[in-house]
Amino acid sequence: MRIKCPYCGERALEEFTYRGDATVKRPESLEPSATDAWVDYVYLRDNPAGLHKEHWHHSAGCHSWLVVTRDTVNHEIVAVEFAREGS
Amino acid sequence: MRYSLGSLLANAVTGNRHWRPVWREPEPKAQYDVVIVGGGGHGLATAHYLAKQHGITNVAVVEKSYLGSGNIGRNTTIVRSNYMLPGNEPFYEWSMKLWEGLEQDLNYNAMVSQRGVLNVFHSDPQRDAYARRGNAMLLHGADAELLDREGVRKLVPFVDFDNARFPVRGGLFQPRGGTVRHDAVAWGYARAADSRGVDIIQNCAATGFRVENGRIVGVETEKGFIGAKKVALSVAGNSTRVADMAGIRLPIESHAVQAFVTEGIKPLINIVMTFGAGHFYVSQSDKGGLVFGGDIEGYNSYAQRGNMPVVEDVAEGGMALMPVIGRLRILRSWGGLLDMTMDGSPIIDTTHIEGLYLNAGWCYGGFKATPAAGWCFAHLIATGQPHPYAAAYRLDRFAEGRVIDEKGMGAQPNLH
Repeated sequence: MRIKCPYCGERALEEFTYRGDATVKRPESLEPSATDAWVDYVYLRDNPAGLHKEHWHHSAGCHSWLVVTRDTVNHEIVAVEFAREGS
Repeated sequence: MRYSLGSLLANAVTGNRHWRPVWREPEPKAQYDVVIVGGGGHGLATAHYLAKQHGITNVAVVEKSYLGSGNIGRNTTIVRSNYMLPGNEPFYEWSMKLWEGLEQDLNYNAMVSQRGVLNVFHSDPQRDAYARRGNAMLLHGADAELLDREGVRKLVPFVDFDNARFPVRGGLFQPRGGTVRHDAVAWGYARAADSRGVDIIQNCAATGFRVENGRIVGVETEKGFIGAKKVALSVAGNSTRVADMAGIRLPIESHAVQAFVTEGIKPLINIVMTFGAGHFYVSQSDKGGLVFGGDIEGYNSYAQRGNMPVVEDVAEGGMALMPVIGRLRILRSWGGLLDMTMDGSPIIDTTHIEGLYLNAGWCYGGFKATPAAGWCFAHLIATGQPHPYAAAYRLDRFAEGRVIDEKGMGAQPNLH
């Protein structure tokens, strides 16, 4: 698996660090009423078999945070964009 | 047919023409008391213990492929009970005890080999951590020995004791741990369950669940609808995909882990050994190949295969521990899918749908847990109450803040 960093070009997997699902959103509220939203955010995942939007850090490269859209069934990468633009 | 020395001799002198298939291949009936989704080790063990311990024999196991095609035939065959936390160690020690009596219980040769499991350590703090783990094991009735360098040298004289970066300081040894022939476990449980009347239905994927008034009434499958009073999910690796059909969202990511086998060599290592400074564990198969594995790939995957960085990492770990393998050729590598829960511990629990039960989230540790997971899951299905050994494996422990953080290793270290 190789990832095409929008800044550095196509690089080997070893250069990247995985963070996980890019679709989960950190809740705004710190109130006890937001507990369920926090449990969702911290623990629950869609974990799809198919296209998955995920955060990767180009940790041995330009240090950009990326949103990679990848098929979890065959590891094919469909799209890579900077996280700051995507979200 | 009961296997014995007599049956072996009788079949030998008659040219082995009278052996019977080990289990039947029935078509599904319209209705069962319990349908188990997933014919892996856990599902088959659950069927066996439901029939044997609880007398529930009107049971079907539906499997999407053939028996032994999934994780039960993809792991590195290691069994051990060297856990530490109260929610874990009694469960895994019970599993170890069930392994010890498995072949007599099933009347099937699963090649249970209690050759011992050695966890090598490389520093003083790591010695302290392993001493603590060993003491926790002893307190729970398991066996553990803390070895110094000379103790390790007696077991594995070929390891790199004076490695500049990871010198070997000693090891934690569990003599009762070892290996079990993994696909024979599936076959043995299948045969034992089948002999008590359980229907094992292969090549029959579940495609949906039928729920009426909050209660499960059956499973939609490739071979049509099968009615059931209770349905038990035992599909680790694909738990999210199956739970999705029932509208259950899980604290699980699917990850792949790779295993490797080398060309066959003369006897080199007669125990299971793990590297303490990286992720590498090794044993030698009866054919002579070294069987070893490493860390998860680290990104979501349903691909049953991995990528090169982990291959390199495993090879480096192996070379750091035992440079003697440097010129061995790897014959095969393969991948299996893991349910990585967010705290690294499994789930055996009821769900919000009455009559639907869940056994999932086994992370790296599903194989060694097979007998106890089947035992405890069968207990939950039959009685509605969690078995005391598995009482901590609740689905709501994440929301309740009762996570079981055995090794600081869920899907990702930053999640707990």
